[in-house]
Amino acid sequence: MKNASISRLEKLLTAGEFVVTAECGPPRGSNRERIIEKGKLLQDVVDALNVTDNQTAIVRMSSIAASIHLLNIGLEPVMQMVTRDRNRIALQSDIMGAYSLGIRNILCLTGDHQSFGSQPDAMNVFDIDSMNLARTVREMRETGQDMSGHELDEAPKMFVGAAANPFADPFEYRVIRLAKKIDAGADFIQTQCVYNLERFREWIKLAREEGLTDRVHILPGVTPLKSAGMANYMNNRVAGMDVPEAVIQRMAGVPKKDAANEGVKICLETIAELREMEGIHGIHIMAIKWEEIVAGIVEGAGLLPRPDLGVS
Amino acid sequence: MIVGEQKPIAEIKEMVAPYKKLLVLGCGTCVKTCFAGGEDETAVLASAIRLVSRKEGRTIEVEELTVERQCENEFIQEAAEAVGRNDSVLSLACGAGVQAIARRFVTKPVLPGVNTTFIGVLEKQGLFTEECSGCGNCELALFGAVCPVTRCAKKLLNGPCGGSQAGKCEVNPDTDCAWQMIIERLKILGQLDNLRAYVPPKNWNTSTSGGPRKLVREDHII
Repeated sequence: MKNASISRLEKLLTAGEFVVTAECGPPRGSNRERIIEKGKLLQDVVDALNVTDNQTAIVRMSSIAASIHLLNIGLEPVMQMVTRDRNRIALQSDIMGAYSLGIRNILCLTGDHQSFGSQPDAMNVFDIDSMNLARTVREMRETGQDMSGHELDEAPKMFVGAAANPFADPFEYRVIRLAKKIDAGADFIQTQCVYNLERFREWIKLAREEGLTDRVHILPGVTPLKSAGMANYMNNRVAGMDVPEAVIQRMAGVPKKDAANEGVKICLETIAELREMEGIHGIHIMAIKWEEIVAGIVEGAGLLPRPDLGVS
Repeated sequence: MIVGEQKPIAEIKEMVAPYKKLLVLGCGTCVKTCFAGGEDETAVLASAIRLVSRKEGRTIEVEELTVERQCENEFIQEAAEAVGRNDSVLSLACGAGVQAIARRFVTKPVLPGVNTTFIGVLEKQGLFTEECSGCGNCELALFGAVCPVTRCAKKLLNGPCGGSQAGKCEVNPDTDCAWQMIIERLKILGQLDNLRAYVPPKNWNTSTSGGPRKLVREDHII
């Protein structure tokens, strides 16, 4: 966690604040108002806002452009970048470009396979993986050189994020992989949505025992459920997702009109439990197509107002 | 071996439609083993083309021949007379064989009768699986002899991804997660420490990314 960038997210985490990040998806088109509308809902509610990079392999406005639209209205973006669509040449070039435009945080991902998306006929790239990408961004920051060893005229100094999924298999390897991501360059980690608190608690305990929670800022992900159908869908159809039967039953046990409220309630209880765990440094709220609920969740969780560092 | 699958008869029928004398040329090595283009398949396909053409009122003379390998001149030569007697060739070899035949008989149209799919193994009767991409720089020693470049849908060198559940790949639940297999193998071999090592970006220059490849064996050049 070298203090080599001027990211607000980094400053807050370094200062020991419990941070709040959320996620928003760029529009399927060039209408910048769409992303600005979403951003405005989250102003003064989150410390930084993740901008997805063609998530689920559906073609959308680029994460760089959408990040800039958010930056222009005073939000701090976490630009997500996947290795599915760009080779190492394009990745490095886009990172330099993004930094030149004022983007200071990056989340390094491999990306959803294109067979899940809107254009399964596409050729994928996967020249490097997310681990390699995290290391590349860190090396650029720390050595001032690109992957070829060429000295850069002002190196991008990004605050580097990576993802972790405590719910995927094989479980015993998940902490080793986390350690690898930290070694590769991750300054912060945003996790897959937490519904199975028991398993998450086990994972964070193992991470603590390995000393990893002192070396990286971990922000567990949460996603409020809207309906029992969504809970089932997430559990059965979304890769790497673990929604325990008890949660599905709870969503199914309330009248349909109250389901969204119940989902928010579960989300708030989850956040409360996560905050009690040692080694957690914030929360990452991924309200899928439901950005308007985020402010209520942050408020309900008692996380408002957000700290003011005097920086935008 | 190279694994291939015969093209559908509807596609083959359209391809051969312009010709009057067709040689269906089988290949007796890889595509024979995967039941796509050996002697038996050549005979069945030749009959099918005759039948379907007759049914549609077209006349086509179909001759059949299978050589040991269509990728070696020594064997290609055995087909010279038959190729000479016909006005077109439908090759049931892999893509390399088709091109080698075309190169040897420059004036003949050579058509592909097989879709070449991958380098793989016969896992069990009737099931072939892709195992190698021919990347030109084999790193199997690191991965317990399970290739992540070929068998992981995302070519992860530092896997597994977050979509691996119950040992299956998120892209297809019928596919085993390569990284689960790598971990299990390394466990058996007592080499789990391999997993802690950062694997740097791969040099793809030895793969097709570096352009068409050539292997020169000076010691075998006469």
